[in-house]
Amino acid sequence: MFSRAYKTVVTVPPLVWVTVFLLLPYLLMFCYSFWSVSPEQAIVHSWNLENYKELIQKTVYWQTLLRSMGIAVRVMIFSLLLGYPLAYFLSFCAGKRKDLLYQVVIIPLWVSYLVRAYAWKTILGSDGVLNTLLQYGHLTRHPLDFLLYSPFAVVLTLTHIYTPFTFLPIYAALEHIPRNLVEASHDLGATPAQTFWKVVFPLSIPGVIAGATFAFVLSLGDFLAPLLLGGPSGIMISNIVVSLFGAAYNWPLGAAISLAMLVIVVGLLFLSERLEKKWSFS
Amino acid sequence: MSPASESQSAPPDPSRPALLSVRNVAKAFGRNTVLRNVSLEIAEGEFLTILGESGSGKTTLLRIIAGFESATSGELWMGAERLDHQPPYRRRVNTVFQSYALFPHLTVEENIGYGLRIARRPAAEIAQRVSDALDKVKMSAHAKAKPSKISGGQQQRVALARALVNRPRLLLLDEPLSALDANLRRQMQVELKSLQREVGITFVFVTHDQEEAMVMSDRIALLRSGELEQVASPREIYSRPATSYVAQFVGHTNLLKGQAQAGIVRCASLTWPASLPNGPVLFSLRPEHVRLAGKDKATGIVRTRGRVLNQAFHGATELIRVECADGLVLIARIPSGTGSHNEVELEFSPADAALIRDSPERD
Repeated sequence: MFSRAYKTVVTVPPLVWVTVFLLLPYLLMFCYSFWSVSPEQAIVHSWNLENYKELIQKTVYWQTLLRSMGIAVRVMIFSLLLGYPLAYFLSFCAGKRKDLLYQVVIIPLWVSYLVRAYAWKTILGSDGVLNTLLQYGHLTRHPLDFLLYSPFAVVLTLTHIYTPFTFLPIYAALEHIPRNLVEASHDLGATPAQTFWKVVFPLSIPGVIAGATFAFVLSLGDFLAPLLLGGPSGIMISNIVVSLFGAAYNWPLGAAISLAMLVIVVGLLFLSERLEKKWSFS
Repeated sequence: MSPASESQSAPPDPSRPALLSVRNVAKAFGRNTVLRNVSLEIAEGEFLTILGESGSGKTTLLRIIAGFESATSGELWMGAERLDHQPPYRRRVNTVFQSYALFPHLTVEENIGYGLRIARRPAAEIAQRVSDALDKVKMSAHAKAKPSKISGGQQQRVALARALVNRPRLLLLDEPLSALDANLRRQMQVELKSLQREVGITFVFVTHDQEEAMVMSDRIALLRSGELEQVASPREIYSRPATSYVAQFVGHTNLLKGQAQAGIVRCASLTWPASLPNGPVLFSLRPEHVRLAGKDKATGIVRTRGRVLNQAFHGATELIRVECADGLVLIARIPSGTGSHNEVELEFSPADAALIRDSPERD
């Protein structure tokens, strides 16, 4: 159908791109993770498993990893709880306003991540909008200090930032449900609530899985929200990686942690794809 | 007076009580009027077909009966119960959808058992009724299959079983055969009809195919641009069409437009005596009532000569289009094997020309 030259022209650039900017860096990281740093702060190219040993033995690393996963799970749950009803409302109830509302949901994605994170800082801070309001309304006497620089702030911010990512696949899945299935269910005596649980929700599961995966994976790797709003108790694994590649100057350990995360994430993506396939019927 | 109200003034069959009354139902989507003033009585156990072209409002009428759309005005009554105030899930009405609408995440037997599970019937009863329904539509072998793994014809049977297993008082079928190929379609027409007799459930069947309507129905309600043109048995619709639209929509016909004056009807070059009031008249004359003229002319027979424009082979019969004097073109159905004709003499009995009304122009 297409000429050989055409196929070459079309396929080679992306292959080169992926190789140079993805495979080679990962390969380099893989190598780094088996090297070490000398006391004189030089990278020693001697192959060993010390970095992985340290990763397992030093509780701070895997505890931070566990906390990061805890935060990611909470972000996932909250963004599903927000994103699903929103997607359902838009898909089934919005009628003519559907397109407009869809844009409204998407617009925050155009605003810089940093702006959104800083916005929460000004809302949650001790002189922030929320605390000022609470004190003005005599609901609290002193500023609430758990609002900012806490896992709470990180979960809140990440939920805000990643809910559109959960919303989109769920919305797409709901839009793909033929409406005559809903009618058929009503026709067979099912109330709207029964129809939702027996027809709509099962058919939207692939979207839910995709959305949950987005929220979890993106949150797990996030480092800006914990950096800006997390404080000491809201540190996530990526902050450790950043510092290991920066101030701490221990690239090999940083590479080892990165690879461990990569394995977790790829495993999750694999699992989520399997689950999505299992639940798709088209 | 509209054609529909006239044909309805006589009840369809007094021995059968009306199951569903559609009373003055109208429906508009915004400024677009889809149904106007539709009134229809559907008898218990009847096979009624709503026949109409696409855009005639037949599917909308069905969806109003099912409860998926609400009428802009008018009422639905099932016996003494006002139906149009009930949501679809409270109506004892089930639907076979045009595209079947089988639940893709459920197996064939789960699809069929859906309504019974919703109604919280005992598990043993569900199992029994589902298995009976599977038998009835010959799908037992595919009970555990997902809908995507079976053919269109099989999906159609499952959709039918899924609706019938609930023993509805009224079954609505929205062009359920339109996706099947011609052979399977004819077979399903016969099967559906005999199934309906067997279960005794009232069927309201929507189609645009006049042949299908003829084969299956006890009565046909012919819908045109949102108004009922005629409601009658297939035979009556065919032999005594109320309007020119009905005559043309159901089978081939010759529309003869003329004048009645002093007991004589004059249509182009044709004349025959008839006791009609003076004024314009319109007749529908079926091609099978137009014959090649024989040797002897019986009394009262109308004859005319003409040039054959074309001749089309239809198996046992052939249709010939004949241009007669004064630009009158007649279509005649003649037996096959009479050879090809250039000029013919045709005859018909005026008794076979059905007096009809001209259908008013509608958008």
